Amino acid sequence: MRIHPLLLVMTANSPSLSKRRLSLRWQDARTAWLLVIPSLVVILGVTLWPIIYTFVLSFFHAPTGINQVRTFVWLGNYIEMVKDQTFWDTIGRTMYFTVVSVGLEMVLGLVIAQLIHSHPWGWQFLRFCLIIPWAVPTIVNGAMWRWIYSADFGALNALLMQLGLIKHYVPWLTLPKMAMPLVILADVWHMMPFVALILQAALATLPVELDEAAAVDGANAFQRFWKIRLPLLRPAILVALIARTVDAFRVFDIVYIITSSGPANKTLTITYLTYLNSFPWGKQGTGAALSFLISIFTISMALIFIRVLYRPEETQ
Amino acid sequence: MRTLNKIALLAVAFLLAIGVVGCQPKAGPVTIHILTMDQAGLKPAEIDQIARDFEALNPDIKVVMEYVGYDYVHDKIVTGMAAKPPAYDAAMIDVIWPDEFIKAGYLLDVTSRVTPDMKANMFPASWNGVTRDGKIYGMPWLMDVKYFMYNKDILQQAGITAPPKTWEELVDQAKIIKQKGLVEFPIIWSWNQKEGVVCDFTVLLFGNGGAFLDANGKPIFNNEQGVQILTWMKQTVDEGLSNPSSVSSDEGAVETDFLAGKSAFAVNWLFQYSDSNDATKSQIVGKVAFAPMPVFAAGAAAGIQGSSVDGSSSFAIMATTPYPDQTWKFLSYLASNEVQIKYSAEMLPAWQNDFQGDALANLLAATPSNPVTVPAFLAQFPYANERPTVAYYNEASAALQLAIQEALTGVKTPKQALDEAAAKWIELAGK
Amino acid sequence: MMHYGKFFQKLLLFLLTIPVLFFIFFPILWLFSASLSTQVELFAIPMHWIPQHPTLQNYLDIIFPSLATSSVPRTFAVAIMNSIKIASAVTAISIGIGSLAAYALVRIPFRFNRTIQLGIIATRMIPEVSLILPLFIIASSLQLINKPIVLIVTYMSFALPYAIWMMAAFFQTVPIELEDAARIDGCTRLGILFRVVMPISVPGLVSTAMFTFLLAWDEFFYALIFTSTLAAKTAPVAIAEFVGRYAVNINGMMAGGIIAALPPVILALIFQRYIVSGLTAGAVKG
Repeated sequence: MRIHPLLLVMTANSPSLSKRRLSLRWQDARTAWLLVIPSLVVILGVTLWPIIYTFVLSFFHAPTGINQVRTFVWLGNYIEMVKDQTFWDTIGRTMYFTVVSVGLEMVLGLVIAQLIHSHPWGWQFLRFCLIIPWAVPTIVNGAMWRWIYSADFGALNALLMQLGLIKHYVPWLTLPKMAMPLVILADVWHMMPFVALILQAALATLPVELDEAAAVDGANAFQRFWKIRLPLLRPAILVALIARTVDAFRVFDIVYIITSSGPANKTLTITYLTYLNSFPWGKQGTGAALSFLISIFTISMALIFIRVLYRPEETQ
Repeated sequence: MRTLNKIALLAVAFLLAIGVVGCQPKAGPVTIHILTMDQAGLKPAEIDQIARDFEALNPDIKVVMEYVGYDYVHDKIVTGMAAKPPAYDAAMIDVIWPDEFIKAGYLLDVTSRVTPDMKANMFPASWNGVTRDGKIYGMPWLMDVKYFMYNKDILQQAGITAPPKTWEELVDQAKIIKQKGLVEFPIIWSWNQKEGVVCDFTVLLFGNGGAFLDANGKPIFNNEQGVQILTWMKQTVDEGLSNPSSVSSDEGAVETDFLAGKSAFAVNWLFQYSDSNDATKSQIVGKVAFAPMPVFAAGAAAGIQGSSVDGSSSFAIMATTPYPDQTWKFLSYLASNEVQIKYSAEMLPAWQNDFQGDALANLLAATPSNPVTVPAFLAQFPYANERPTVAYYNEASAALQLAIQEALTGVKTPKQALDEAAAKWIELAGK
Repeated sequence: MMHYGKFFQKLLLFLLTIPVLFFIFFPILWLFSASLSTQVELFAIPMHWIPQHPTLQNYLDIIFPSLATSSVPRTFAVAIMNSIKIASAVTAISIGIGSLAAYALVRIPFRFNRTIQLGIIATRMIPEVSLILPLFIIASSLQLINKPIVLIVTYMSFALPYAIWMMAAFFQTVPIELEDAARIDGCTRLGILFRVVMPISVPGLVSTAMFTFLLAWDEFFYALIFTSTLAAKTAPVAIAEFVGRYAVNINGMMAGGIIAALPPVILALIFQRYIVSGLTAGAVKG
């Protein structure tokens, strides 16, 4: 039975054709459809036409407006983008953002999840507080960090000055090399709780006996973590990783607020570029083409993760 | 199975509900929908009141106002107009949008509706923003230009008796202020990667005798005058006269810096002055003064007497509206002399005769700041320059913003950056 | 000796939580401090970590709208209520129908299982910014603009794929032996789902619910374009109104941000006890 790689993330114990289950297979299928149809109706009902519309639009030169002439350009929009240096610079920049922010979020999230799971004093308080950065709306988060990074009044400068690490206030957001890392920091602060909480929930559902058995066998804390818990967490890690990567690659709001893609395009991300094309610049066709190019990238990344990280689940 | 039946039933009910909700017929008087900017001149409560007053006078017209922040008006217009039927009958538009919207077929030509009275008595400069090829596409509403403001106290402490008349003088004065240790960075600008930097660039460019496009519509902002001012901009940052954070500052950041007493000179829109006298926002209450916007010595030699940038907003009727007469009626009422005088404490009227004789006296008495702002407005507004009136302006502006930022951060030389931007403009014009 | 070692371990862990807490809290405390200051105080050099003239005015302007002079605070409370209604509806329905689909996709072999999984994931790859125009066209032709339902349905189409995906992963960690055992005991497929799998996966379901709630809670662009009146305006849109044409009312926005963060945090607090360990252990033993 050929299993498509993308499915592997979901179908751990791939439904197999063992005899015992075969007899119930037909009835099962009917139940399956009944379970799946409501979701399908909602998802496809809402997104199918817009996705097709956008896909078709990407093959046209389509200026915004009423009764505007739409010229069919086949792959024209795609080729134009692929030939544009700005496009590739932006993809590179977005990759940089994605890799660093997701990387930090995963590591921090895992550390914090494990920390909470070990139930130190006040662990409930910690988990409660963890939600706050995530719950603060993105706009507020952006505005807050923008102010923290403010050259003349910001908390960052004040803190670093008081710690004696800098002599003058630094105009952080004007430094081409610092702008993106600072946006990354703001995003990591905001989204790291998501990873931490998913992993913590996953840790909470892990069977305790395995751990205890290993402890009895003489494994120390680190070995228990690395060899037993981590592999069992794989599905949850994979979900968090793919979800965050896909979202990080499409980051827009926070960049818009903190730097508006500056200085000199150093924080211009690919969804921002798509937005610029579709709305202020009125080039719907180009915007649509960019959307699909983005999708190609995100699907590829998801596939790569699954290929590299997926292992058939170690069953108990 | 029962659960599944419930679910199926719920889904069907759901879809039915959407259908029913969507199919309610509309009845009653004519309703017009108008999109406007939040915090543009009058407060929403005040505009709502005007709408109610209008409805009382015209019982067969109902006015529905919608308020959004400036950053989102353009997007709402574009999406609103894509719907069938379009969502709006009229909208407030920024001075840089008419060309794009005319090309997109959004705006209604109202030349024949504008009365001679309006034409003659509203500020001529205010019609610039809405007139293209001799046709008028909107009703002037909020006039605004960038002003040159300075901190009287700091200048006094530095022993400077008069504000600068040229940008070169400004640099000299800034050096004195810096040497005396009064502030670290005497000048603050809004040069971040948004439209604001192009506004500042406009002020400086025209003040140097430069221009964006020549008579044939070809970009010339990368000529000698243009490169000079961009070089000058970078130089003032390098010399520590312009605050380096200008590169990431927008007009709001300029205001916070200036009102905290951290700079001596700031170029900004009118709002900065009224805020300067608000003790919850300003640490320099009563210390801010206007001066005519400086020009460059070369510009003065070429006969340029003043230079600023037009940042006005106007109301435009959408070409697709089924109710152009009613909409125009409301807009005329909104912009009428009587209404504008009533709210002149909030927003300067667009009618010239309000600035003459008795009316002027009343206007000056309307708010504590008017005695200062009204003369400043009268002095500066005539020199308001328009940014290029091309349909591809947004994308062109983005290219110019990038170029200026690249020059300021040292990624490219001013000439290189401006040349590339000019090349992009030519490319855009060709499409 | 053993007792002492454990204590030391706990101490070490506690000490480790401190930098984490600092990282989380530093900005939050600043946020809180800003919400209690006036704009002038914000500009003080050197910075006032604790406002010297704290004021509740920012909060008062939002909570007691009649005192405010601008339209922004007046609508805030309504916007928060709208957000709560919309996010709750999205979460409840998404978990409700999404969990069914997730289970079916992970455990039941049937034709098109793979295609459906692929399709669901694929719909999430397109940036929302691109779909907004066609969605707006549909919504306005159905006259759904300004009605909360349009946001509920739209958000569900975003949230469902994620919810299904996440719950699938959690369902996956339920040992299949339990399901087999139930089947042998004569349970139907649905019975297994509701009586065995779901109860064990409660931590995962609650996490997914939180994620879905926050996804709907935080969404801005669609809410902005699809709604304009109080009928359906949401919290992020109301907060955006603190951004003036040129100047941002930082203090007001920070106060608004704290208020807007409260409902999700309170909800998380209430449902916190469902994310506990030991449920699985009980199930296997029992």
